[in-house]
Amino acid sequence: MFGQSILSLVIWVPILAGVAVLATGSDRNAALARWIALAGALLGFIVAIPLVTGFDTGTSAMQFVEKAAWIPAFNIHYHLGVDGISMPLILLNSFITVLVVIAGWQVIQDKVAQYMAAFLIMSGLINGVFASLDGILFYVFFEGMLIPLYLIVGVWGGPNRVYAAFKFFLYTLLGSLLMLVSMIYLYFQSGGSFDIQTWHTTTLGMTAQTLMFFAFLLAFGVKVPMWPVHTWLPDAHVEAPTGGSVVLAAITLKVGAYGFLRFILPILPDASAELAWFVIMLSLIAVAYIGLVALAQSDMKKLIAYSSIAHMGFVTLGFFMFSPLGLEGGLVQMISHGFVSAALFLCIGVMYDRLHSRQIKDYGGLVNKMPVFAAFFMLFAMANAGLPATSGFVGEFMVIMAAAKVNFWYAFVAATTLIFGAAYTLWMYKRVVFGNVTNPHVEEMKDVNAREILLLGVLAVCVLAMGLYPKPFTDVMHVSVVDLLAHVAQSKLP
Amino acid sequence: MDMQTLYLIIPLAPLFGAIVAGLFGRLVGRTGAHVVTIAGVAISFIASVLVFQDVRAGNTFNGTVYTWMVLGDLSFEIGFLIDSLTAMMMLVVTFVSLMVHIYTIGYMHDDPGYQRFFSYISLFTFSMLMLVMSNNFLQLFFGWEAVGLVSYLLIGFWYQKETAIYANLKAFLVNRVGDFGFILGIGLVLAYFGSLDYATVFAKAPSMATETITLWPDTAWSLMTVIGILLFIGAMGKSAQFPLHVWLPDSMEGPTPISALIHAATMVTAGNFMVARMSPLYELSDVALSFIMVIGAITALFMGFLGIVQNDIKRVVAYSTLSQLGYMTVALGASAYSVAVFHLMTHAFFKALLFLAAGSVIIAMHHNQDIRYMGGLRKYMPITWITSLIGSLALIGTPFLSGFYSKETIIEAVRLSNLPVADIAYWAVVIGVFVTAFYSFRMYFLVFHGKERFHQGHAHGNEPDTHHDEHHGGTPHETPWVVTGPLLALALPSLAIGYMTVEAMLYGDFFGNAIYVSDRHQVMHDLNQNFHGAAAMGLHAVVTLPFWLAVAGVGLAAFFYLKRPDIPAAIAQRFKFLHQLLLNKYWFDELYSWVFAKGARFLGGFLWRRGDQNVIDGVFVNGTAHLVERFSRLVKAFQSGYIYHYAFAMLIGVFALVTWFARLN
Repeated sequence: MFGQSILSLVIWVPILAGVAVLATGSDRNAALARWIALAGALLGFIVAIPLVTGFDTGTSAMQFVEKAAWIPAFNIHYHLGVDGISMPLILLNSFITVLVVIAGWQVIQDKVAQYMAAFLIMSGLINGVFASLDGILFYVFFEGMLIPLYLIVGVWGGPNRVYAAFKFFLYTLLGSLLMLVSMIYLYFQSGGSFDIQTWHTTTLGMTAQTLMFFAFLLAFGVKVPMWPVHTWLPDAHVEAPTGGSVVLAAITLKVGAYGFLRFILPILPDASAELAWFVIMLSLIAVAYIGLVALAQSDMKKLIAYSSIAHMGFVTLGFFMFSPLGLEGGLVQMISHGFVSAALFLCIGVMYDRLHSRQIKDYGGLVNKMPVFAAFFMLFAMANAGLPATSGFVGEFMVIMAAAKVNFWYAFVAATTLIFGAAYTLWMYKRVVFGNVTNPHVEEMKDVNAREILLLGVLAVCVLAMGLYPKPFTDVMHVSVVDLLAHVAQSKLP
Repeated sequence: MDMQTLYLIIPLAPLFGAIVAGLFGRLVGRTGAHVVTIAGVAISFIASVLVFQDVRAGNTFNGTVYTWMVLGDLSFEIGFLIDSLTAMMMLVVTFVSLMVHIYTIGYMHDDPGYQRFFSYISLFTFSMLMLVMSNNFLQLFFGWEAVGLVSYLLIGFWYQKETAIYANLKAFLVNRVGDFGFILGIGLVLAYFGSLDYATVFAKAPSMATETITLWPDTAWSLMTVIGILLFIGAMGKSAQFPLHVWLPDSMEGPTPISALIHAATMVTAGNFMVARMSPLYELSDVALSFIMVIGAITALFMGFLGIVQNDIKRVVAYSTLSQLGYMTVALGASAYSVAVFHLMTHAFFKALLFLAAGSVIIAMHHNQDIRYMGGLRKYMPITWITSLIGSLALIGTPFLSGFYSKETIIEAVRLSNLPVADIAYWAVVIGVFVTAFYSFRMYFLVFHGKERFHQGHAHGNEPDTHHDEHHGGTPHETPWVVTGPLLALALPSLAIGYMTVEAMLYGDFFGNAIYVSDRHQVMHDLNQNFHGAAAMGLHAVVTLPFWLAVAGVGLAAFFYLKRPDIPAAIAQRFKFLHQLLLNKYWFDELYSWVFAKGARFLGGFLWRRGDQNVIDGVFVNGTAHLVERFSRLVKAFQSGYIYHYAFAMLIGVFALVTWFARLN
């Protein structure tokens, strides 16, 4: 019945569910709000499943396309469609939303309906970002998703939440405005079209490409985040509630990386080739510099936040290797980081809910009290350190392999993550989990409950499955990536 | 059942045991855990015997199990390569693992983590088998990291012990430094060969012999040298070669069964195995081979010295392991790959034996590991005593015992090698023979002979005493059969495996195509000229230098530690600096701790505070905010709301505009 409008469902089901949750009103109906939210999130995930089962891996053309006029005066369309690059991201987002709703089940006791609604609405908006094929539609979703996120950090966050929310907002604002200007320029250059695929074939001079390259780079680079526009992320993570951190790390960062593939590479191929060195340098700095910075952290959330930046450095590095191995490596790394960072923030949430501290020094000897938790945490720590047979390995491996082909020294710097990633992750693990219990409050900590086992267990399966058998993921991506690379290889200079 | 099913069963049977014991440990109980894991490894061992016979009959296999990932024409696979090298490794791994599994029943008898321990050692067996059975670099790396993970988990098995959780982190990170080189090597292989499949890469290797790579502008490096050294850096981490050796002695913090299995017999030899497997690549670069030989020689000699001053029974054996790994590495450098693998095999038996015997002693001593508080144990523990003696004799290269054939051939191979560094390496391995004999028998005499000193022992053991202290102060007694059984089972190959297999493995066609030696490297050919059978080789030994050096080492140890214990003390006094140098392991731990561990944390802290907080946040982010604020304050001043301010400004504006237009015209 809805076969023609799956993408619309994927976007609007969570949003409408969010509105329904909001309608439950105050915290007197908190239980109802939770159940509606869970039903909405599950439904949102279920409607996304046909995207996988009905996906044709043999074509690079957009699939599940919907197109309707929206603002005819400016030739703006409600135009949706997915390819092998965006489809996995929509699935990841719909999946993480379910987890986030479950994760906030007991922890959030204040403004429950609003909290759940914010996540559901954000989920729909993010799906909109990944599905949009119209520039203005993209822009609306892209900006719109920030509002719930801003509220999540600003309302349910920690003591310094207002500073963090503002910093996040300011960072993203400048880039977004420059992006809008670029889009309007593209509208005129393409003869009055906001269609992203039309832009992919629009002829552009080198100066225009270069200027737009930096505009888009700023807009998306802040989201990724790339060094040196990354400092909002640790602050936002530290202040955000667990669910906020999960979505922030698992999904929001991917929006930035996705922009590189949908806009920068295909629309500005000449500038991308010319300025690849610049992005590569920033990516390598992210890997090495941030790897070292993570080592100096005493707050677990900050540590994982910095680790996210380093891992996203691999994503952008892979993109600018201009090879299927590198580009798909970046994409695989995005999905994997979605699982692993979500799991790690959930782990920190599990600990925080019990001890109300994120400081490494307040813990120690957790394994004595929470052996099941320690086992899960070990798996995700190892995945974060890029151990083979976990998803964390696949993307890093592919990108290092791709980099070795382009320039040995790129691979050299990138491979330092093997040492730094293991060092900061396992050093934290040692101080938190191993040893004797020294803090009397740790003595009272209870092992994970059924709800937490469900959350961590599902993610553990994802992490291992993707590590042992990544083929289904790359199969979905490959044709679209090859097509994208063909676009990149074609000069668009007049 | 066809052979391919058998190949699959070999790694999967231990994996199944590991999963059952690990996830359902509480359900199956202690007995269930050891039954299921031992059954798994036993099946794996029996299947390995069958595979070995099949390979001896001339059947090899190279095929895919499943496709891991495909990108266009680039395909990554999980697959098996079964040839004589693999078959031999499988046999060694499963046999030693089986012995260690049985031994663990006795050794970990009272440990609360019993099921977990069995799960880990079975998981290790699975990982190690995947490593040796691999037919491509990707799976090799999988196994490589997986054995590292299990090693990490097992060194830190007693997670409450501060030294253990320090040691396991250190082991993992030092190995990661090796892996850093390793993955870059793999990256270059993929970049230049376009495949990670062994067969494809090896077939293409000769055409790459003269290929160069520009690592630095205007410099051309031989590609095979760069790849060879990078891959070998991985081996240096895994096989604990100087200067990445620092983790192995500390790994002794783990329970003794895994010291035998992982840190002596199997995992640490993975690096040597890897180089032997890559012989078609290494044969193309004399520079890489020379590098390997130098590193091996340094490790063989200088790690041996450290064994002399150790008082912890396990650490003596650990330094002995380092030194023996150095011997294998030297042999690889001399292009005597088969000899290195041969020593790998004999060493696996006698070193596992020595470790398990040391564990037996540790049980009897209630987990006191200090050999100064032992002595005279031969009366109380006859089986441990005899098997230890066999292990020690095999280690020092007593003619006709297993270690003799492998070590003697290594020394000869280095002598015959035509690499420029072979002369130095030769003296290192020859002097190493004396050192080995001395520290081995120093330990042997201090433990099993001389005065009984165990009643004076107050020093606390290294491992938590899981046995109850009820028999403390009583006389030591022999350990139960689950402990002594494996000792006896390992003593047999330690005695005889060298004599039985030297001819087939080194001079026969055993390795066939599994190992490739270029015509330029004549060592194996020359060795073959001088070889006239295992018996003749044993008899001939008495006129060779290494034999008399070994005799001298044993004699000196007997004199020092049985007759005149005051002499070594006096020497330690007289040469204080040297003694301190050895006791502090050349200060490598301190150096690394300062430069790398502290250095990285300092640099990280510096970048964070100065880079992130002061510059990016301080100047740019908050600076922008301040700038905007200041600007808006300035602008605010103009918007005073007084009409005469605006009127005045307008007038000035009109005046300025008029002036400008006037000038234009």
